[in-house]
Amino acid sequence: MSMILLAIGLTTGVFLLLAAVLLVAESHLINYGTCQVSINDGSVEFEQQGGVTLLEALYAHKVFIPSACGGKGTCGYCKVRVLAGGGDVLPTETPYLNRSEMRTGIRLACQVKVKSDVQLEIPADLLTAREFRARLAGARMLTPDIRELDFDLLDPSQLEHRPGQYVQVLVPDEGDPVYRAYSISSAAFDQNRVQLHVRLIPGGLASTYLHAIAEGDEIVFTGPYGDFRLSDDPETEIICVGGGCGMAPMANIIESLYRRWPERTCRLFFGCRTVADVFYRERWEDLARRHPGFQVVYALSAETDDDASWDGDKGFIHLSVARRLEPGVKRQAFLCGPEAMVEAVTGVLLASGMEKTDIFNDAF
Amino acid sequence: MNPTSPLVILAASILTNNILLAGFLGMCSFLACSSRLETAFGLGAAVTFVMVCTTTLNYLLYHYVLVPLGLEFLAYILFIAVIAAFVQFVEMVIERFSPKLYHALGIFLPLITVNCAILGVSLFMVIRDYNGLQSAAFGLGGGLGFLLAIMLMAGLREKMGYSNVPVPLRGTAIMMLVTGVIAMTFMGFAGMIKVQ
Repeated sequence: MSMILLAIGLTTGVFLLLAAVLLVAESHLINYGTCQVSINDGSVEFEQQGGVTLLEALYAHKVFIPSACGGKGTCGYCKVRVLAGGGDVLPTETPYLNRSEMRTGIRLACQVKVKSDVQLEIPADLLTAREFRARLAGARMLTPDIRELDFDLLDPSQLEHRPGQYVQVLVPDEGDPVYRAYSISSAAFDQNRVQLHVRLIPGGLASTYLHAIAEGDEIVFTGPYGDFRLSDDPETEIICVGGGCGMAPMANIIESLYRRWPERTCRLFFGCRTVADVFYRERWEDLARRHPGFQVVYALSAETDDDASWDGDKGFIHLSVARRLEPGVKRQAFLCGPEAMVEAVTGVLLASGMEKTDIFNDAF
Repeated sequence: MNPTSPLVILAASILTNNILLAGFLGMCSFLACSSRLETAFGLGAAVTFVMVCTTTLNYLLYHYVLVPLGLEFLAYILFIAVIAAFVQFVEMVIERFSPKLYHALGIFLPLITVNCAILGVSLFMVIRDYNGLQSAAFGLGGGLGFLLAIMLMAGLREKMGYSNVPVPLRGTAIMMLVTGVIAMTFMGFAGMIKVQ
């Protein structure tokens, strides 16, 4: 008995001693004092106690740059340009940076520690991102695994964004803050509410959370983010290609487009696996009746028996796109879906003579 | 008490009883961090330093605390705790006084915590009943042996980049084969010194 107590006591004692040594060492060794963080030539400036990561410092001062993994260095979203005070590129960053990025000082904010005065450059767009609180006003299942969620904005009560941009939803109770990106599917002119499409991923933190919340529950998200930029030129044809649950940015783009230019031409291509995955079809066919410039194509990629009544396309969506593009039209394209789909469609669009800069994509 | 001279232990643990090539401990970092000579050297040097210090610390802990109290069975858990804490401490010291070296070692430094070769050396020291000086020599030799093996591997891998490796063997498979061949050549040293 005394042996067991002695063993427990000794183990605890040694652990405590080691922890105490480490704490003392930390307080004496790791002390960087107060550091000055300056963003975009001083347009935003704040002071930060050294020793934390740049991402933590930015979030603490309400600069919400995108970050999906919560600072673990696994998503590569939190890229910023560090002009001074960032030190060398770390091995943990190299998988996410290409050569030209490394040369020009792009770093992952979650890996850079604030140890001295830091100068940063962040796209001005991101500085407008803010933190929002919203309440779930309604929800329904679009397919067996995609939930459509309508949120009323509480604080601030308005969200200005460009069609195709996304927000990052905070998953609560995970210790470290975990954020996941979802595109806004409600139209950009509808500034008091935000609609998201969430596909349930088994074991996924955010999708499980967003599928479980009920009407009246509040969520926190930051945004808007994203570089989708709709062309103002009324002659430009808009091509939207989505797959799986990649409908959200397309819905926003199409609704916003026809609110402003009822005559514009726009085509929506949407790829699904089976009939059960098809949604919004009536909505778009209805829109097409009201706006002759709009055309919608759904395609099923999986061969199943219930397809007998299917009157849309069959096969992968990039083949549908390839069949329908006449040459010589000025176009802008927005792609959102699985990576393989985005790659295949990009290939088709480039082959049709489009410029890379006119193709915006969001692969997941 | 083990009668072997510390110098013999030092030489033996580098060549004949190389912790990596004879004991096959610490394989994970050996395979993961041997793609470039530079990082291999950084990791090897860090492992050597940590090994010397933790072996000595663990020797003191074992013979002056655990043996008198009759709690030798706690060796495993306490050795690991000492190693983990020491690596943290070293990390802080290096970060404070040589940020350059800290960045050069990067992720490899914390990874040393879970390098089984380091725990292995501490445990062998107990099994073989070494005294303080012998333990320090064993730690130093074990570390240098690790450094030697990982540098050899890194050198070969840099060369291998230009060779035509059959497709099914590319990657880890060819590295395991190469490790085996290096280990066999090190067996040639085995006749020189007999250590137990």
